[in-house]
Amino acid sequence: MRAFLVLIAAVAIAFPATAEEKPVQLKPAPGLDKVEGNCSGCHSLDYILMNSPFPNAALWDAEIAKMIKAFGAPISQTDAKVIADYLKQHYGM
Amino acid sequence: MPTAEVVAVNQCSGNRRGLFQPHVAGVEWGYGAMGCARWKGVRLKDLLDKVGLKKEAIEIVFDGADSGVTDKTPDFIKSIPVCKAVEDTTLIAYQMNGEPLPHFNGFPARLIVPGWTGTYWMKHVTSIRAATKPESGFWMNAAYRIPLGKFPLVARFTSQDTAANTPITEMVVNSLITSPLDGTNVKVGARVTVGGIAWDAGYGINAVEVSTNGGKTWAAATLGQDLGRFAFRTFSYSFSPKARGKQTVMARASNKIGQGQTTELIQNPAGYHHNVVHGVALDVT
Repeated sequence: MRAFLVLIAAVAIAFPATAEEKPVQLKPAPGLDKVEGNCSGCHSLDYILMNSPFPNAALWDAEIAKMIKAFGAPISQTDAKVIADYLKQHYGM
Repeated sequence: MPTAEVVAVNQCSGNRRGLFQPHVAGVEWGYGAMGCARWKGVRLKDLLDKVGLKKEAIEIVFDGADSGVTDKTPDFIKSIPVCKAVEDTTLIAYQMNGEPLPHFNGFPARLIVPGWTGTYWMKHVTSIRAATKPESGFWMNAAYRIPLGKFPLVARFTSQDTAANTPITEMVVNSLITSPLDGTNVKVGARVTVGGIAWDAGYGINAVEVSTNGGKTWAAATLGQDLGRFAFRTFSYSFSPKARGKQTVMARASNKIGQGQTTELIQNPAGYHHNVVHGVALDVT
């Protein structure tokens, strides 16, 4: 029980902005660390799940470009490529 | 200053975006990105009169206390045309349903723009500025726009027009069946009451019709209490299913200037203004 409570506390600390929501778990695969590290700084990872699987490769590229150019997300070119590959492979069509 | 109240629907421009086919990227709303409340505050017009609005002003520009996550994220700043700003029902509100505005509803003061979609209802207002030129910036120039000529709208925001598109403004006529839920099981001969809400941009709901046979024939529903032309208008219609099987119940609203709902989705790039007639399927046994 004690371990369980500690786990709950850890989850609550890790997801302060979505304390009342279930943490979003995306598919564990190469690139997930870059998605979590870059995207969830500004918005819930829900947006990936709720739009899946409809975006094709061009749309995922456009979405990432919008985050960088329109919204000023500080994502490096290297990370952007990794994120794009991950999203196209696991959440695209 | 004199106070004013209005009951008005605040609906996200992209409400029902998740129902668009083909898919439109964005927040995949279902039917519920809206609400209706009694707002109390002061008229924006009175505030503008007090400071002395000059004739050269064409837009009133609002900023709120929030800001982007990074310095480069465009701040959410929105304007409305002066003609909308000086309407009697456009308020700077500090109360919702008789209580101070809750934080997430814009405490301590927010803009109320009855009839227009939620994008203009600036929360946590920190600045109000009169402008003699069209306000520019991401949230005006790039976001919240609809193609020209596709929707039957009356209220326009022409100082922001481009050759291709125009800012979203007033809500389209709409209605929603709130009971029974889709998939509800009912017995042959039992009395079923269809309930729901209808709303528009403030011209006033004229009628709601209900079909119990998937849109083949329609009958007038009874309208509920009139809380004002910008409010949800409830409706109800009772009937008894006569045969077993799947039975589709639909509702459609029309307003006092003759606008109705669409049966075919009006496609647009950002997934706005979904007012396709809503239906629920009953399972009659």
